[in-house]
Amino acid sequence: MKTATTIQTARANLSDFALAPLLRARSMATFTLMAQNLSIVVVEEDRERALVIVDALREAGDYEIHVLGSRTGLARQIKALSPDVVLIDIENPSRDMLEELAIASDPMERAVAMFVDRSDEGLSDTAIEAGVSTYVVDGLQPQRLKPILDAAIARFRMFQRMRTELAETKKALEERKLIDRAKGMVMKARGVDEDEAYAILRKAAMDQGKRLADIAASLVTAAGLLS
Amino acid sequence: MRSHPVSLGFIPLIDAAPLIIAHEMGYAHEEGLDLTLSRAPSWSALRDMLRLGRVDAAHMLAPVPVAAALGLGGVEEKLSAVSVLSVNGNVIGVSRALAARLRDQGHSFGFDDAWDAGRALIAAADKPLRIGVPFPFSMHAELVYYWLKALGMPAPEGLIVRVVPPPHMGEAIRAGEIDAFCVGEPWGSHSVESGVGELLLPCSRIWAFAPEKVLAVRDAWIGQEPQVVQALIRALWRAGRWLANPSSRALATELLSRSQWLNLPAELLDRALSGTFVTSPDGRMRRTSGFVEFHRGAANFPWRSQAEWIGSRLANRVGLDPDQAAEKARSTFRSDIYRAAMANTGADLPGASAKLEGALSEDTPVASRAGRLILPNDCFFNGEIFEPLLK
Repeated sequence: MKTATTIQTARANLSDFALAPLLRARSMATFTLMAQNLSIVVVEEDRERALVIVDALREAGDYEIHVLGSRTGLARQIKALSPDVVLIDIENPSRDMLEELAIASDPMERAVAMFVDRSDEGLSDTAIEAGVSTYVVDGLQPQRLKPILDAAIARFRMFQRMRTELAETKKALEERKLIDRAKGMVMKARGVDEDEAYAILRKAAMDQGKRLADIAASLVTAAGLLS
Repeated sequence: MRSHPVSLGFIPLIDAAPLIIAHEMGYAHEEGLDLTLSRAPSWSALRDMLRLGRVDAAHMLAPVPVAAALGLGGVEEKLSAVSVLSVNGNVIGVSRALAARLRDQGHSFGFDDAWDAGRALIAAADKPLRIGVPFPFSMHAELVYYWLKALGMPAPEGLIVRVVPPPHMGEAIRAGEIDAFCVGEPWGSHSVESGVGELLLPCSRIWAFAPEKVLAVRDAWIGQEPQVVQALIRALWRAGRWLANPSSRALATELLSRSQWLNLPAELLDRALSGTFVTSPDGRMRRTSGFVEFHRGAANFPWRSQAEWIGSRLANRVGLDPDQAAEKARSTFRSDIYRAAMANTGADLPGASAKLEGALSEDTPVASRAGRLILPNDCFFNGEIFEPLLK
């Protein structure tokens, strides 16, 4: 039941979404890497996804978490937040905007000295393989980073699966619609019933070594051109 | 003969054409390669894919291997440019509001004069002028800084260069986050089509022969698969030669427009390849020559001096020693590997591996293996000549 409350609090806080400090106020020790809580920025435009990631991170430890939702001024907002870790989906094209932070390095401003992690444990490489791009302040201890990445990676993987499934389902649906239309055309033109129309299409596909959906698509296109 | 599998990463832009054409037109197959092309969501993602060996080679911004050698952007990794995929190909555009102010000042939008366009832009813009570029380490960023600084605009007081992914450039203009942009085609034309931008100047008028994209590989891969690297260089060279033939244009744009490649209308892609641009949403047309080169003038040769120019510009910008940076940079453009790859082909190769950059104001015959190499105009708009450390 505790989880449910957590989600609700997170939802309430996310209503503004632009800058949502989800945990308690940042410790004053902003300039030492030994600060109690690591601060994490999650860049994610989709609210639901952001919530799921935030929940996973909160279960993994006591972190200060911010979610940035809009593309506008992404680099500027991150610079202002001065986080220890930034997590962003590797598929997100806005990621290039974060590279700005790496070049504008002023040693006095810790946030802009962010680097893709170079730790010996290759944590960042693991994350990238899993579809999460991670920006980490140079010098951050790998053992402090690991639980964050473990939690994030699991969620990002889940989203990848969902995305693939959704794409596949959509494709299957579209193909089904096409085949139905083609079937209808064959039924009308040849005066046959549905089963026979389907058999005709399937035979054509087999004869030409093509997929049934492709045959249906070319028939529908051709009919469109001729009508 | 069995084909050797090679994986390549690309960003959907006109200048990914050599990779796509090498695959589609069978040049890779002729070299015994079986290419798998993966579209990357961003330059940083593509750089990481290459770094981690997810892809063997990548379509890459020319300054990225140089920046990596200088340890910029947090990635210290030996990446090499083994051939130049394209020269030029970017365009500068402005918001419609800024375009209106330029017109009020009497600017003619001639699309051909960097002095004229630059001075008008500086006079018309609010200060600081905010320009979007696709990546911090890009010819877009270098050329914008070079151009506007030479015209007396100080950065960062007068000029803010922001990173915006190409497909979002139009949106950033519409949202008022940037006043102008420098982007590779077809995204400049795309902003015109979506009614948010007008084109001001092709970048070829800032530097007439600027290395734009390179074929980037990990150094380790060159060691493991030297023959494959060379075969790939040759396949891409053949694709570039095909692309340079005007009669290939119609087919090239059709192939590139397919959904798995650029997924944009062929008509939009044709503008960069033909050099005929619609530069404003109300239909102003401009023609320009040498907008993007895939072959002409030994375009694919990775000149050490090009890398040095990039290295010293980057160094100036981030406060490193320019000579040291040039030294590190020159080792990333591997003219040695390119020469080895092209040794037994009909391609003519220059006698030197470095040259003065910006010294040729017209087509000039130069010393070469077969004695028929002509290098085209490579001038900077301000007549500056860049001298490399070694020639």
